Amino acid sequence: MTTLQPPAAAEPRPAPPPVRRDRRSWTGWGFLGPFVAVFALVFLAPLAYSVYLSLFRDQLIGGTTFVGLDNYGEALKDDRFWASLGRVSLFLAVQVPIMLGIALLVALALDSGRLYGRSFFRISIFLPYAVPAVVATLMWGFMYGTRFGLVGDINGALGVSLPDPLSPDLVLASIGNIVTWEFVGYNMLIFYSALRVVPHSLYEAAQIDGAGQIRVITAIKLPAIRGALVIATIFSIIGSFQLFNEPSILQPLARNAITTDYTPNYYTYALSFNGQQHNYSATVAIVMGLITMVIAYAVQLRGMRKGV
Amino acid sequence: MTSPVATASDRSAPTPSGTSRSAPRLRTPRRRHSADQPRRSVLLTVLTSLVLLYSLVPLVWLAISATKTQEGLSRSAGLWFDGDFALWDNITETFTYHDGVFTRWLLNTLLYVGLGAGGATFLAVLGGYALAKFDFPGRRAVFAVVIGAVAVPGTALAVPTFLMFSKMGLTNTPWAVIIPSLISPFGLYLMWVFATEAIPTELMEAARIDGAGEVRTFFRVALPLLAPGIVTVLLFTMVATWNNYFLPLVMLKDPDWYPLTLGLNSWNQQAATAGGEAVFNLVVTGSLITILPLIAAFLLLQKYWQSGLAAGSVKE
Repeated sequence: MTTLQPPAAAEPRPAPPPVRRDRRSWTGWGFLGPFVAVFALVFLAPLAYSVYLSLFRDQLIGGTTFVGLDNYGEALKDDRFWASLGRVSLFLAVQVPIMLGIALLVALALDSGRLYGRSFFRISIFLPYAVPAVVATLMWGFMYGTRFGLVGDINGALGVSLPDPLSPDLVLASIGNIVTWEFVGYNMLIFYSALRVVPHSLYEAAQIDGAGQIRVITAIKLPAIRGALVIATIFSIIGSFQLFNEPSILQPLARNAITTDYTPNYYTYALSFNGQQHNYSATVAIVMGLITMVIAYAVQLRGMRKGV
Repeated sequence: MTSPVATASDRSAPTPSGTSRSAPRLRTPRRRHSADQPRRSVLLTVLTSLVLLYSLVPLVWLAISATKTQEGLSRSAGLWFDGDFALWDNITETFTYHDGVFTRWLLNTLLYVGLGAGGATFLAVLGGYALAKFDFPGRRAVFAVVIGAVAVPGTALAVPTFLMFSKMGLTNTPWAVIIPSLISPFGLYLMWVFATEAIPTELMEAARIDGAGEVRTFFRVALPLLAPGIVTVLLFTMVATWNNYFLPLVMLKDPDWYPLTLGLNSWNQQAATAGGEAVFNLVVTGSLITILPLIAAFLLLQKYWQSGLAAGSVKE
């Protein structure tokens, strides 16, 4: 999850800028051209190449042959793929609500103006976002460890034996904790920024009507930042489905618990770079991409529809 | 610019204050709404402090652990110092271990960040300016395609990008890391929203009437007005490239081209390999050194990027 999650990308587009129709010309392309050229090279071309790859199969005898949609058929019957998809879905269902819930509560607390030392809270809780996933995972990996970790300390100090966070039963929750730690502050900041631009006249009106804090939150603040909530949800979903860094870095510490088909992304990586099955790997990546897009799109439709 | 509401309330918001309840009366008359001046709550502060602790304890652990020798790490409690204070030794050893490969990784990271994040910001500023201030054929289509592509899991592109770059002879060179870093759809979006608000079209017209060409208008009129937005985009693209792990992992085989993230992970894995030397103290110290520049950048520039971010947030 090191990729920059664009929080604002799919937001309701801003009103069309004041552009004078009579100035419609090609000048804009001079400025946008460089971006589009690189974008085509690093986004569109690999995407097209990926689709092309997925239609072929590399055989020991006979070389590369066109197989149509056979790879897709194989992917849909692939138990390892479905198991990994199930794992990230479980992760998504538990981790994302917890993370976004905490982020929202903190953002509301900051916005309420009732905290002492507001800017200290805001910047401190955001800081983990600046920590690379590698460092975050190594750090938590050490802390989870019983050897020189905090878990070992607690066991020693209290004479208890906590379950090993890196055991097969708990490792998914442990990864969830790392991801939550990395992104709770980032999401908090997105929500907080959205809350800051809610017109304050609304609060005044609500106060005159005798609305309490909770009512102001549910009737004004949450609807006002619905766009930001939807965006954060969508990008958290994409992030969960892309899960790779944390499990792969944790893998040497939790050898039995994390396999190379632990998440769909890990699976495509292993297929390609350990197994040399580039064509099948591309197919799995495309299937995963399609599933992600469908779910993200569904969330967006649902999120934008309800209430006004 | 940022919404007047946000700036006004942010500016007059009392920052860390032990000020008592009489404080609101002293504040500027601009804050008319009593809804803006609620009582401070100890309970809420304590509850939020739990999240604060959660966020900071691992960083404190890292800072303390960086002062320990490898034996000290396993011997002492995680959140307190060991008898031996080995921070300076650790730092020296981190930079000299394996002929100073860490320094090499640091320089690589700076190279990737400089060209990748710098380039990404430049392209995003140019593109955002174009989307905000010009009407041209295909404008809407470009935006739809860029946003659509963001929903494609970026890592799903890694394999085909690798194969493509490998055919072009770019893998295992810095270009394989730098070129894909040049695109930041988030940066483009943010600059678009920001430029729409920050650059009055009349000002551009005036510059043109005065005979300035498009390039000159951009550099002399638009660029200074875009500064807070540029700082924001630059910080976020810097984080993305400084922290990048997956892309270099796929693209690079030669440790001499590793960025810090890959290097640290290779040090960590070294302990698990046969005959590999465990250097956990260096992993910990190297991690601390890796995160400090970004944390410093965020702290020092917070005034700018936070206002830039507020302008890019939802506004209806």
